[in-house]
Amino acid sequence: MNDSVNQVVQGVPLNYYIWLSSALFVIGVLGVLYRRNAIVIFMCIELMLNAVNLLMVAFSGYHGDGAGQVFVFFIMAVAAAEVAVGLAILIIIYHNTRSTDINVLNKLKW
Amino acid sequence: MTLYVFYFLSFLAVLSALMVVFSRNPIYSVLYLVITFFCVGGHYLILSAEFLFAVHVIVYAGAIMVLFLYVIMLLNLNKETEPQKKSAYKFAAIISGGLLMLVMVAALKGAETARLNFGAHEEIGLVKNLGKMLFNEFLLPFEIVSLLLLAAMVGAVMLGKTPLKETQDATRTNSKSAEQNALNIKNVKQFTNE
Repeated sequence: MNDSVNQVVQGVPLNYYIWLSSALFVIGVLGVLYRRNAIVIFMCIELMLNAVNLLMVAFSGYHGDGAGQVFVFFIMAVAAAEVAVGLAILIIIYHNTRSTDINVLNKLKW
Repeated sequence: MTLYVFYFLSFLAVLSALMVVFSRNPIYSVLYLVITFFCVGGHYLILSAEFLFAVHVIVYAGAIMVLFLYVIMLLNLNKETEPQKKSAYKFAAIISGGLLMLVMVAALKGAETARLNFGAHEEIGLVKNLGKMLFNEFLLPFEIVSLLLLAAMVGAVMLGKTPLKETQDATRTNSKSAEQNALNIKNVKQFTNE
């Protein structure tokens, strides 16, 4: 019975998905540190969320438990909410400062 | 065969993710991000999560990316307006990212994943099974997520409303000053006529 496992999943070891997700997550972190444009920083946060989603789906597929996929669904809803509110805030910041540079917003800095 | 598809999709995803970070123009960043999202969607298909593939393409490539493009075009961002960090900071960012990757590699290198219980799970990603799970076990989180989306919608509308009022005030004052201007011009004309 175990030999007739899902042919598709069988082809790819779980390790590969862990490496791919870590790479995507690190690229997201790198982007947050590397760029100054707030919109690109948002995009890199989306990249990190996607890395986590991919890892969750991979584990869910390998364990045969659907809970991981339901969680990915919730994460997508939260990401959509976050982007909507974040971009609205960003537009207001642009209206006030005429730029999306995060270094302009240093009034709370010591 | 599947392994080759996996390699291709992974390569494309990582490459376009790097291009998101390193391309100067924000519009190119968004377009590369779309490629990354489609590659991640392809991975969902490989993992036989068909429902999530559909949701991912609709929500990310359809909604979120359009929102990003809209905002970039609304703010008229391009290569010239793009703020750049000092190269020392960029170097530090790359070093920290490399260190994080190093930590992850070191932590995950010896992980044993071969002993997982492999089984025929290709049917859990279908709408039928996920829907059963979503509306039985996860009913309360589902409702809370709907509340969250409602709150986000109201918040986004409220945030977007404030500048509108200001522009209304601005146009009102503008029209007032226009009247004043017309009056002034009239006065000046009368003055010059006399």
